[in-house]
Amino acid sequence: MRGSIKDRVAIIGMGCTKFGERWEASADDLLVDAAYEAFEDAGIGPDDIQAAWVGTTGSGATGMMLSGPLRLQYIPITRVENACATASEAFRNGCYAVAAGIYDMVLTIGVEKLKDTGLSGLGGAQPNPSHVLSPEGTAPGSFALLATTYFARYGLSYEEGKHMIGRVSWKSHRNGALNPKAHFQREVSMEAILNAPMVAWPLGLFDCCGVSDGAAAAIITTPEIAKSMRKDPVYVKALQICAPPVDGNASTKYDYTHVESTVHAAQAAYEEAGIKNPREEISMAEVHDCFSITEAVTMEDLMFSPRGKVKDDIESGFFDLDGKLPVQPDGGLKCFGHPIGASGIRMIYEMYKQLQGKAGQRQIKDPKLGLTHNLGGFPAGCMIFAGIFGLPGV
Amino acid sequence: MTGITSYGAYIPYYRLPRSVISKAWGRSGGRGEKAVANFDEDVISMSVAAGMDCLKGIDPKTVDALFMATTSAPYKERQNSTIVATALDIRRETRNADFTNCLRAGTTAILSAMDALNAGSAKSVMVTAADMRLGGAAGENEQAFGDGSAALLLGNERVAAEIEGSYTLSDDLVDNWRAHDDIFVRTWEERFGLDEGYRKIPVEAAAGVMKQCNLTPKDFAKACFYGPYTRRHGELGKAMGFEPTQIQDPLLDTVGNTGAALPLMILVAALEEATAGDRILLVSWGNGSDAIVLRVTEEIEKIRDRRGIKHHLQLMRTLDNYEKYLRWRGLVPMEPAARPEKSPTSMSSLWRESKIALPLYGVKCKKCGTPQLFLDMASTRARICVECRARDEFEPYRFADKKGKVATFSHDFLALSSDPPNTLTVVDFDGGGRGSFEMADRDPDECKVGMGVEMTFRKIFFSKGVHNYYWKCKPLRD
Repeated sequence: MRGSIKDRVAIIGMGCTKFGERWEASADDLLVDAAYEAFEDAGIGPDDIQAAWVGTTGSGATGMMLSGPLRLQYIPITRVENACATASEAFRNGCYAVAAGIYDMVLTIGVEKLKDTGLSGLGGAQPNPSHVLSPEGTAPGSFALLATTYFARYGLSYEEGKHMIGRVSWKSHRNGALNPKAHFQREVSMEAILNAPMVAWPLGLFDCCGVSDGAAAAIITTPEIAKSMRKDPVYVKALQICAPPVDGNASTKYDYTHVESTVHAAQAAYEEAGIKNPREEISMAEVHDCFSITEAVTMEDLMFSPRGKVKDDIESGFFDLDGKLPVQPDGGLKCFGHPIGASGIRMIYEMYKQLQGKAGQRQIKDPKLGLTHNLGGFPAGCMIFAGIFGLPGV
Repeated sequence: MTGITSYGAYIPYYRLPRSVISKAWGRSGGRGEKAVANFDEDVISMSVAAGMDCLKGIDPKTVDALFMATTSAPYKERQNSTIVATALDIRRETRNADFTNCLRAGTTAILSAMDALNAGSAKSVMVTAADMRLGGAAGENEQAFGDGSAALLLGNERVAAEIEGSYTLSDDLVDNWRAHDDIFVRTWEERFGLDEGYRKIPVEAAAGVMKQCNLTPKDFAKACFYGPYTRRHGELGKAMGFEPTQIQDPLLDTVGNTGAALPLMILVAALEEATAGDRILLVSWGNGSDAIVLRVTEEIEKIRDRRGIKHHLQLMRTLDNYEKYLRWRGLVPMEPAARPEKSPTSMSSLWRESKIALPLYGVKCKKCGTPQLFLDMASTRARICVECRARDEFEPYRFADKKGKVATFSHDFLALSSDPPNTLTVVDFDGGGRGSFEMADRDPDECKVGMGVEMTFRKIFFSKGVHNYYWKCKPLRD
């Protein structure tokens, strides 16, 4: 038996800190700020929380990393980790606990404090000491593999390919410029994007998301309680996470022009939410744009664009804020940076605000369903979370 | 009859023109060029490369001992030859040994191999010789020294070059030396070393072996002998009584003085040109001399398909950048990379994984026949088939000798590398199987999806006193 989460739980409060180089803030500060914004939004206090799930990849350990700074009083708290999909995983666990009927007021929260390493890129996490033989690699180097192969397979010249992925970042920067919580809040010209220094060929600086600090939180309850507490709760329509056999680097069947886990997670999420035609039915999406090429192939994996054709949709503005299916309305990882354990709930935060009509200058007209997509790992093998959120009756 | 049954060699891809070194120090001139090992190469990796060339068409499991000669071993305590033997897939039941601390180490290893074969304690012994010595910046030795390696297989059957005789002189005449902590080779006044050493002792050894074998210089097709510089080498040939046409080119203008490897590299070049019946004289120099007489047989025709010296001389790219050379040798303190520090290597993990990883073994599924590598975060040993998911139904399958094609790649400017950008590739092997590897000795502009590659054993990093070796791919150029 495989059940469905659809409309069985609702979000009644959310919080999200300003993301960025938060030199003045510790992980504890970020947790407190995100949690209390969520409490206030839900109209509850910390003592109303019956259980919590906290996600981080390296900014703390155990449930006490949350109960300590918030002085929560002897409630069950679990720390979870699923690489870059960590926050989505914390959220998912909290939803299931409510759906199971064990609790009816749960806090889920994700945090990462990346800017204390002295490195401009990702750092801090020590490699596994058992890990003595693998090639030297970084996140941009690994995701650039997708771009090389995508361009080659679909016959894009280097210039055409670079323009396509550059347009992805151009669009996100336009959205981020409208978001006071974003790390980067300015538009960037196509010329600047295309001429930026290489980080991992063919990915340049603006093809890469930033590295930042942040936290985001969500309060989950039952639909009945939600309705009694506010007029605009947001309902969870689908929650999927999928772990692959990590065979992309071993099996020649993998083509390096897509992310197989996304296809599986998306199909399962659409089935769970009862969505037949995602391109038409999904109003908006926040996806895991760690790199511009990741967002491009994700549009195909989520079945928003036909295989090999995402360039047409990117270049025509289909995913722009005023397009048919806005993607990254908040600016995405591109403008928020990627505090690893926080990003998944930050994505949900934007869907929540948009569905409530509270997204300010970024407000999308009458959205019904929003999708979040959170990727943890590398193209050849990664955890994928796909969640769908919406208004009642959709 | 004991002798050489196979040969191989390796010369690093990059060649530094001596004029580039001169120019860096505000001088003019500089004759020829020298071969320069890449930042991820050392005598272990070069010994493996020459060994693979030598073992072409030969089952490495038939080798009974590996004698590795070098004066630049990365380890003072840990058997360097056994790292080479493991990478070459030579058995554990072998009597490996490091021959070191002397420029004669290569010929000493040959003679020790001969003795082991004659004594019947081994049937097939591999001798590798590799060197990578450093001269201080702007000095004569920096100009002279090059990097390279040779490998010989010795046995009693199907001998391609029989050892007819040998003569050894050990003499503590010191012209060059390195003490325990020296990075650079120290050199005494050159004229002393020449007058009392190089111009006398090799001549005496050559005369000794010729007398023993009842031969005169006219009986030799080629004379192969060590030489520090081109001019000194020519003078020695004359002193030994050879005509210029009998003297095998000493590679000093193309590869440089490769120390303990040089006599063997010169010998390999001579064997490449030799025909049955040719007699070759091999003379080394370094705290004495070994002189060896070899007679070529018809078997030589069966081992012609090595890359050897001749082909490796053509596989080259000019390194027109002295600063890059200094960086590769660690001779300039660099700005630390903005990357997390590598954690210390776990010796137990290295031990557990390296039996599979060092010879680059994967597996082939007995159920579905799929060759596969398993390169997880913490293990290189597959348990479940990647395609049919059968459990532990595998036979060993070696990837080191397979060629492949690049499925995808990137050039990473952020990753740690002494030759940035770090080129990360996914390789699809001919015959099946895939793996992710760094690419060595490449020009970023030549990389394309679908390009042919072969595997090359390299040092992937050094951390907390541990040299970590593994395989990379490199462009297939022949």
